[in-house]
Amino acid sequence: MHIMEGYLPVKHAIGWTAASAPFLGYGLYRLNRWNRENPSGRLFLGACAGFAFVLSAMKIPSVTGSCSHPTGIGLGAALLGPFPMMVLGTIVLLFQALFLAHGGLTTLGANAFSMAIAGSLVAWAVHRLSLRMRMPSGLAVFLAASISDLCTYMVTSFQLGLAFPSAQGGVFASAAKFFMIFVPTQIPLAVSEGLLTVFVINLLKSHLGDDKRFPVLNGAA
Amino acid sequence: MDTKTKNLLLVGGTVAMAVFALAFSRPATGEAFGGSDDQACAAIAQIDPKYKPWFAPLWEPPSGEIESLLFGLQAAAGAGALFYALGYWRGRRSAAKDQDA
Repeated sequence: MHIMEGYLPVKHAIGWTAASAPFLGYGLYRLNRWNRENPSGRLFLGACAGFAFVLSAMKIPSVTGSCSHPTGIGLGAALLGPFPMMVLGTIVLLFQALFLAHGGLTTLGANAFSMAIAGSLVAWAVHRLSLRMRMPSGLAVFLAASISDLCTYMVTSFQLGLAFPSAQGGVFASAAKFFMIFVPTQIPLAVSEGLLTVFVINLLKSHLGDDKRFPVLNGAA
Repeated sequence: MDTKTKNLLLVGGTVAMAVFALAFSRPATGEAFGGSDDQACAAIAQIDPKYKPWFAPLWEPPSGEIESLLFGLQAAAGAGALFYALGYWRGRRSAAKDQDA
């Protein structure tokens, strides 16, 4: 889903970078606060960033016959809250832009907005809402991770539609076209991402035990 | 169902979906199991044939081998961090149990 280097017109690249900057600034502040307030906070940050690194490195075949990769954002957003995860997600994107020519520096703002920012907020909101609706905690995590994954690709489609409106139909016709490229491939991968996130949450639960700091591990909202 | 069985089903389900896709899917057009990013670039070229990317990556992996090396490193580093933390917590818990006994 990462928009490739140079594939957003200059104005859009600057616009999305400006839109992402305040979120990342506040995310950095919350990340530092998290580190100060939690004695072994770095371990949690490492675990959540690690999960995002693994999942975004795995290009998985989908039933449409093409490949894409999950985002790994849901775990950290449910565990740490959305703001610290925005920073960790952007670090993943930066790594891939610099070393893998995957995504890019000029498109970093847009990609951070879709995956790290929108993805984290959606995962966190879906998780809280599901728990409030008294769903089992595993289902809440599954929905948070998979809906966040799909929303990332929906935002990407919209960004591309905005940058490349089609001659007939404009922004939305074009966004729908990109949506049809990404989303059918992404649906099974979003399910995979949901399953894997529940798996890692289960591991955390059984090894961390009852840690009252983390509602996600105790199943309460 | 205990947690171990659940975890086995969660991981098994993920693997099964990927294997099913590999075994039974063929793309309607284009390269089999290519990236959906590349399809998006092709769509851009179709909507706006005059568009030229205005910035190139500063560095690109010189070959597919190097690229897979770096993807492998990314996954290994991530898994290392995640399972280091899990191992630390597991050890801490079983040490606490030993002390209680």
